[in-house]
Amino acid sequence: MTTTRRQFLLLAGASIGAATTARAQLDPNLAAQRKAAFEAAVRKVVGDAPVRRGRVKLDLPPLIDNGNSVPLAVAVESPMTAADHVRAIHVFTEKNPQPNVVSVHLGPRAGRARLATRIRLADTGTVIAIAQMSDGSFWSDSAEVVVTLSACLEEGLI
Amino acid sequence: MSARPGGWLAAAACILLSGPVAAEIPLAERRSGYEFMGRETRAMQDDDVVNPGMLWVLDGEALWNRKSGAAGRACADCHGDPRTSMTGVAARYPAFDAARGRPINLEQRINLCHTERQGTVALAFESRELLALTAYVARQSRGMPIAPVIDERAKPFLEAGRAAFFRRQGQLNLACNQCHDELWGKKLVGNTIPQAHPTGYPLYRLEWQGLGSLQRRLRNCFIGVRAEPYAYGAPEFVELELYLMWRARGMTLEAPAVRP
Amino acid sequence: MVNAIVNVPAQAKRGEVIEIRTLARHVMETGFRRTQLGELIPRDILTSFVCTYNGTEIFRAELHPALAANPLLTFTTVATETGTIAFRWTGDKGFAVTETATITVT
Repeated sequence: MTTTRRQFLLLAGASIGAATTARAQLDPNLAAQRKAAFEAAVRKVVGDAPVRRGRVKLDLPPLIDNGNSVPLAVAVESPMTAADHVRAIHVFTEKNPQPNVVSVHLGPRAGRARLATRIRLADTGTVIAIAQMSDGSFWSDSAEVVVTLSACLEEGLI
Repeated sequence: MSARPGGWLAAAACILLSGPVAAEIPLAERRSGYEFMGRETRAMQDDDVVNPGMLWVLDGEALWNRKSGAAGRACADCHGDPRTSMTGVAARYPAFDAARGRPINLEQRINLCHTERQGTVALAFESRELLALTAYVARQSRGMPIAPVIDERAKPFLEAGRAAFFRRQGQLNLACNQCHDELWGKKLVGNTIPQAHPTGYPLYRLEWQGLGSLQRRLRNCFIGVRAEPYAYGAPEFVELELYLMWRARGMTLEAPAVRP
Repeated sequence: MVNAIVNVPAQAKRGEVIEIRTLARHVMETGFRRTQLGELIPRDILTSFVCTYNGTEIFRAELHPALAANPLLTFTTVATETGTIAFRWTGDKGFAVTETATITVT
């Protein structure tokens, strides 16, 4: 089958977009849609404020046993005093059908800004944790996780 | 290359199978599925506070003390404190049942108590109640060595289970031993192939997002090689369970385990 | 039926930061899965978790389908006084479960 010039340009465009993570397994259109939803969800929380990298430590295993249950831990450097504390921690992921994972609301009574939980990841990709500080600033950390499928599924190959 | 590329493998296995322990993984090399998991999954199993299997164990504790059936009896009424009465039980099941003249597994044993001693209906396989009771009983053997009793009566059933383990089946025409005796440690679709020792059942499987029995896992294996799985409670499954527990003898029971 | 396992230290010193671990029993059906016949399985998740310490809210979480089934939530709080720490999970289909734990603070 010959490729038309238009098809060639679309394919070239899509492959350049996906070039950053060669492990991408999703259909490129679907991946783009989910990325847009992810950016919109982050914007909803952050607004126009800048999100700086740092002060947040996101712990995820780089290669997980099963995407159904991925252990996640977030710790934010903060004195957690009335004057200076973490108000909230928001976790997002870019490849799930829905970008929000969990949002927790803290305060000085927390003592430390820490959270541990287990999340679901549909596909290999980025997870980001954004901390909202009492002074209105936003800080973040992100991690790349590789997700593999189970070899023997109950319903057979999908 | 012959039309059946695995044919020479099966032939070689048959030649080696002349003795009772032929082609078996030596005890020193036996490794639980625990060792093939990531660090975080292992941590999930090790801590009772974060092990989701404990939700079923605690349910089982409540059910153990609940009176039921025509006889109005609770498990506790006959068996007292399971921390003493049930230690070692899960480690030696499936066990030969003289009344039935064949081995039965722990789930079937619990159901026999339900029908014959408590005068109530048997619990459905994979139901929340049966899983809870099985998990609670199995938890009492945690840390103990797996030790099914194989006497003259049980031997033919053990042999039937072994034959099933070495028999090719399904559209993929694979036998259990090909992956789990010969290719363990290698990769299949990104997962590491374990040795397939039932050291932690019933267990919380991340893939199921719930607790399940060994038979549920075996059904997954059958479906994996595109074979028709037996129904829950089928004698063929119990024979295979017996063989698998015998094959894992000496290894430590980890129930309720966590597995990917 | 056991709905949740909560782990709170029985005792603590005033001002000490303690770790609270909670494990709720819930299938967390995402609403994105389909049956073998292609029918969409409706969403059924926990949506909110609130923790109070002698009545004052100390931790709150909004949960989404991306949390694993039987969700674990671990967080910290400052041990301020003896009393009751209460946990409440709410979710789809009117789901609501409460658990409590007591703590002695010296």
